[in-house]
Amino acid sequence: MLDISTLHYLVLGAALFLLGVIGVLTRRNVVIVLMSIELILNAVNLNLVAFSRYWQSIHGGAALHGQVFAIFVITDAAAEAAIGLGILIAFFRNKETVNMDEVNLLKW
Amino acid sequence: MLFLTHIWLIPLLPATGAAIMFFFGRRLQKATVNAVCVGAVALAFIMACGAVLQYTSWTDTNHHQPYEKVLYTWLGTDTGHLNYVTHDGAQANFQADAGFLLDPLSSIWLLFVTGVGMLIHIYSTGYMAHEGGYYRFFGYLNLFMFSMLTLILANNYVLMFVGWEGVGLCSYLLIGFYFQRKSASDAANKAFIVNRIGDAGFILGMFFIAWLCGSLRYIDVNAFAHSGNYSADTLKYITAATLLLFVGACGKSAQLPLYIWLPDAMEGPTPVSALIHAATMVTAGVYMVARSNALFVLAPTSMKTVAIVGALTAIFAASIGLVQNDIKRVLAYSTVSQLGYMFLALGVGAFAAGVFHVFTHAFFKALLFLGAGSVIHAMSGEQDMRKMGALSHKIPITYRTMLIATLAIAGFPPFAGFFSKDEILWQTWTSEGGAYRILWGIGYITALMTAFYMFRLIYLTFWSPSRITSHEVEHHLHESPKSMTMPLVVLAVCSIFAGFLGWPHSLGGSDRFAHFLDPVFSRGEAHVLVEEGKVGQLAAGEKEEEHTSPTEYLLMLLSVGAAGLGWFIAGRSYAGAETGYVEPIEAVSPPLYKTLLNKYYVDEGYDYVFTGRRKLGNIRLGAMGLGEASSWFDSHVIDGAVNAAGWITRLTATISSWWDKWIIDGIGVNGPAILARMLSYPARLLEWGLVQWYALVMTAGLVGFVFYYVYH
Repeated sequence: MLDISTLHYLVLGAALFLLGVIGVLTRRNVVIVLMSIELILNAVNLNLVAFSRYWQSIHGGAALHGQVFAIFVITDAAAEAAIGLGILIAFFRNKETVNMDEVNLLKW
Repeated sequence: MLFLTHIWLIPLLPATGAAIMFFFGRRLQKATVNAVCVGAVALAFIMACGAVLQYTSWTDTNHHQPYEKVLYTWLGTDTGHLNYVTHDGAQANFQADAGFLLDPLSSIWLLFVTGVGMLIHIYSTGYMAHEGGYYRFFGYLNLFMFSMLTLILANNYVLMFVGWEGVGLCSYLLIGFYFQRKSASDAANKAFIVNRIGDAGFILGMFFIAWLCGSLRYIDVNAFAHSGNYSADTLKYITAATLLLFVGACGKSAQLPLYIWLPDAMEGPTPVSALIHAATMVTAGVYMVARSNALFVLAPTSMKTVAIVGALTAIFAASIGLVQNDIKRVLAYSTVSQLGYMFLALGVGAFAAGVFHVFTHAFFKALLFLGAGSVIHAMSGEQDMRKMGALSHKIPITYRTMLIATLAIAGFPPFAGFFSKDEILWQTWTSEGGAYRILWGIGYITALMTAFYMFRLIYLTFWSPSRITSHEVEHHLHESPKSMTMPLVVLAVCSIFAGFLGWPHSLGGSDRFAHFLDPVFSRGEAHVLVEEGKVGQLAAGEKEEEHTSPTEYLLMLLSVGAAGLGWFIAGRSYAGAETGYVEPIEAVSPPLYKTLLNKYYVDEGYDYVFTGRRKLGNIRLGAMGLGEASSWFDSHVIDGAVNAAGWITRLTATISSWWDKWIIDGIGVNGPAILARMLSYPARLLEWGLVQWYALVMTAGLVGFVFYYVYH
């Protein structure tokens, strides 16, 4: 069985990131966009954990900086999702839509 | 010394009352208005009594000096910014203090102004009870009290002038109190305008004094007058200064030829006539001349002018008063006539006698006016004596008090008027020079006329058969409320007893009144004068002591005889006056009666000369057109200058506005803004409002950075 190397993680992370970016750029629904942002964040988490593991394999020891940082990012993502959904609900109440194209009040 | 050191509070109390009335009066109940305004004046009266009492004990230990209290300098400073050169080349500062001076002269005025003022305030609470503008009336009255007290208590001419103008203003406001009535507002204007003429004289006189003495404080002016080091030229200037001051006195105290405003001033409410146009304000001229006595005795010409004008006014006004039918107008002419007496006394140097007459006159004339007010009140507003009669039983208190006042003014002993009037006539008789005997004769005839028209008033109002035509009025006849009769009774008591203060030596008295005034007048009356180059001649006011007493008794008997004769003639003519009675003067000489009834056509004459308003058919009289000329000058020259100044201001304003609009705003303020706006056009193109496009740009940027770092 092939060892799962750092490269695999990075490829997976890049794929997730790309999916996320495509989701953010192409979908009109704000909920989907928020979900895509989650994908991007998780891609980053994957990278962090992967590089942490790689660093351990070279230097040994039990340094878990990457994993800890990933936990922080997850927390941050939760907070961001809460705020994002709050804004979304407020926005929906005003506009009765979740379509991002219609968020253009700050245009000059 | 509490009252004396806080003497400045006396004018301030009514000022506070007036301020309260003007700011909050509209919202106050009548009872509150009464409490504030009457209370302020009553408090002022108490303080005045205290101050005068303390002054009398203070002055005994201070060489009979006047008491002076300076609060601060309100006009000019001593830093030399307003200095000028006096007639002898010295430098002087033009400056005036907010200072108060209490001496016997101001003490007397202070006492009767606050005392009579308080009684009239009380009377007004009854008289004005049903009138609109109650608080306004009392506000004006209090403001008047403030001005009058400032006038009296000032320690220099400038502050006196402030009070002088203040009483003029209040007189104007109160004459025009019923401003909906055209005649009232006209009368107010007339009073104000005629007073302006006198005020102009007063101002010029003040400038003369400032130029002569280098100061306007009474103490400095008196010191200058008593110093004796002046040339014949200086005496000419003093004559000019005193004559100008007398012009001011003529305006304020209604002397010929400026008396015309006073009879018309009767348009005001009756308490106002009593307070301002009988007892207090119109005596301001007498006060001012008496205050300047040290200067007047240096100017014999001025003294003679004062005496002659006074005597002529006395007989002139009295003769008009003989035939007037309006009860208040009779009293108005009587006031003018009595003021003439006072000036006659001042003019012959009998300052104390003049002041004494002011003092007694304040009581009985205020009483007469208040009584007349009470009669008018009872008659439901009727002022025409031809429609009165037989009121003595209907309004007994008014009747009795008015009778006392009439006896006093007619000069029956022992009422107040006897002592003061007799003193004036006696002093006139004993003045040096035969011409003064003529003045005495005029005064004597005036006394006869006074008795006649006063008893005419009493007969027509109280004693003759009733000529009341309206049953409604007759039914409504009633005695006035207590608030009105109480002041009448107090004033009646004063009218009886005030004269005793000046009980003459010849009747075994000590003339305490004149003695009290000695510190003010004695130096003036005994002053040695330089007249027409002759040094050492006695002043016109100097009395010859060797005159025998029998003459005095004879004159006394004569004046009592005149009073009795006046009563007798009035009784003969009016005791049985039915409706449509004939005036005795009309019976003797109709043209004379018509002339007197029309007041010698003086108003018409003034109209002709000054305003040119009269028309005879289609021909406009007023050929001299002084009024027209003044009006033209005012509207073309004065207003032209004003308009030119306005036009120049407008022109510069237009230029300034253009500069501001196009240069300051255009380039300085809007310029940077326009620049920023132009620069913002390309930046704005980036903000087209699609969130995902922004995200795409970010991503593209990210990709670009990555490529840059990877392939660099």
